[in-house]
Amino acid sequence: MEKQATRDAYGEALVELGHLHEEVVVLDADLSSSTKTAGFAKTFPERFFNAGIAEQNMIGMSAGLAAAGKTVFASSFAMFAAGRAFEQVRNSLAYANLNVKVCATHAGLTVGEDGGSHQAVEDIALMRAVPNMCVVVPADGPSTKAALFQLYERQGPAYLRLGRPAVPKIYDNKMDMVIGKGIELRTGNDAAIIACGIMVEKSLQAARLLAEEGIQVTVVDMHTIKPIDSGMIIHLAKTTGALLTAEEHSILGGLGSAVAEITAAECPVLVERLGINDKFGQSGAPDQLLEHYGLTVQEIINKIHLLLKKKKAIK
Amino acid sequence: MREINEQSLQLIAKKAVTIRKNIITMLGESGSGHTGGSMSAADIMACLYFWEMNIDASQPQAPGRDRFVLSKGHAAPVLYAALAEKGFFPVEDLMSLRKLGSPLQGHPDMRKLAGVEASTGSLGQGISWAVGMALAGKMDNAGYRVYTLLGDGELEEGMVWEAVMAAAHYRLDNLAAIVDNNGLQIDGRVQDVMDVRPIAAKFAAFNWAVIEIDGHQPEQIMTALEKSRSIKGQPTAIIAKTIKGKGCSFMEDKAEWHGTAPKKDEAERALEEIEAYAHAKGIC
Repeated sequence: MEKQATRDAYGEALVELGHLHEEVVVLDADLSSSTKTAGFAKTFPERFFNAGIAEQNMIGMSAGLAAAGKTVFASSFAMFAAGRAFEQVRNSLAYANLNVKVCATHAGLTVGEDGGSHQAVEDIALMRAVPNMCVVVPADGPSTKAALFQLYERQGPAYLRLGRPAVPKIYDNKMDMVIGKGIELRTGNDAAIIACGIMVEKSLQAARLLAEEGIQVTVVDMHTIKPIDSGMIIHLAKTTGALLTAEEHSILGGLGSAVAEITAAECPVLVERLGINDKFGQSGAPDQLLEHYGLTVQEIINKIHLLLKKKKAIK
Repeated sequence: MREINEQSLQLIAKKAVTIRKNIITMLGESGSGHTGGSMSAADIMACLYFWEMNIDASQPQAPGRDRFVLSKGHAAPVLYAALAEKGFFPVEDLMSLRKLGSPLQGHPDMRKLAGVEASTGSLGQGISWAVGMALAGKMDNAGYRVYTLLGDGELEEGMVWEAVMAAAHYRLDNLAAIVDNNGLQIDGRVQDVMDVRPIAAKFAAFNWAVIEIDGHQPEQIMTALEKSRSIKGQPTAIIAKTIKGKGCSFMEDKAEWHGTAPKKDEAERALEEIEAYAHAKGIC
């Protein structure tokens, strides 16, 4: 399976956007070679601004540039974009409803060896809680590019959550997506897996293995965490009666919480949340970390078995 | 209207009196808000809005307009008084300050009130917006200038210095930051709470051009703003020595008037003092 890091897809798509739209401006905070905004910086040096190691001011400058008519893409690691500059994102970008896209790379455990200080596992929760914010977590390279082009068209602030390592492509390069609409990748009536980011591909693998046991599960790429596709969630709750969410994020406040909020009000069904269990990360190879924290194909299968057992007990 | 002469000085003095009266009146009506730091900035704001800046209330979104960002957003009353006097909205609307549904929010909201260029209030962020606006102006060769007003206590925010560093790095000579150096913050004297001195030397060390003035002398304010236009390759910091609560004897230089609105009788006394001053100076 061909692999590409979502941050690499972001860097390439940004250059394409730059060619298409003159008012696109990109900011970074001394991480342009890692966030992959360096390509844009090289192609359009007059439209790239390095804020230095000063994320708060990067977001503040983004606000000023957007207020003066620019479409701004501001990048850093998720820890610093959503974490350190949270209040600037909240008060300068979202409160004023400005057209700034915070494109954060190195989210989640797959940062790897740099360890827990750099592994943002709370960023979706933080960004999702802010009014006006749109939160998108693409599963692979092609959907990252599609998301970026969609976010360009969508006025207002947004948080695009990207990862460090190369991940398998689950879509072809021409894939298209609609912000706020989940993508049903596989259909089955026993249960539904609602996943985002790197967990989408793992969910597909798990679904294939489950099918071999005779268990048929739906798999959804819920790339947009906000505004979330509540229609699809309610539909899946009604048709399967058992939902599993999977995300490379804390089980508190992310995709799992968003899904549970909707089902609790509209169609109470069993919801299992697979994610990081209210813990900090640590150093290690990305795959070792995913294994250690239980973000694996096997754990998805285990959770589905658990769900089906509970579902049967209820009946 | 760029001459500094008898006529322009008279106009600024008159506008400053009107702004101060309206600050007191609207805060008396709202019953809450920041009086001291609004009064200290009244002369600076009068110079900006009635002498320095190229703005037109009938075209609040004109691309080439100068921009003002109130980084010390809690001084919203002085901004609202200036905007009303400039014709952005009826003076009577000042009475809706801080009331439910009012465009005159406790801190400025650009989405609710025309003429407000930035939603500020969380200290340290406004100067960063101003840097972004000045960058955009340079990119577009738009020719407009960007002004921001900071409190001296606000300089304690680390983000201010990130923005100050960036403004010099990008050689933003279309940017002027004015520090309302009234020496007081909520908990007391700035030098006692967290000493930010020496302010001028700090800006100079960050490669800004620095001008120190008396922030209640319009002639000095105007001269500084004029000089700022001629400085190339670096932004200008205007350190304006002011008195918190200026224009009302019982508020002057008192930290407790930072976030307090005058009660009815206090507002009346304050208005009497401002009018007596105007009368004595022949400002009508």
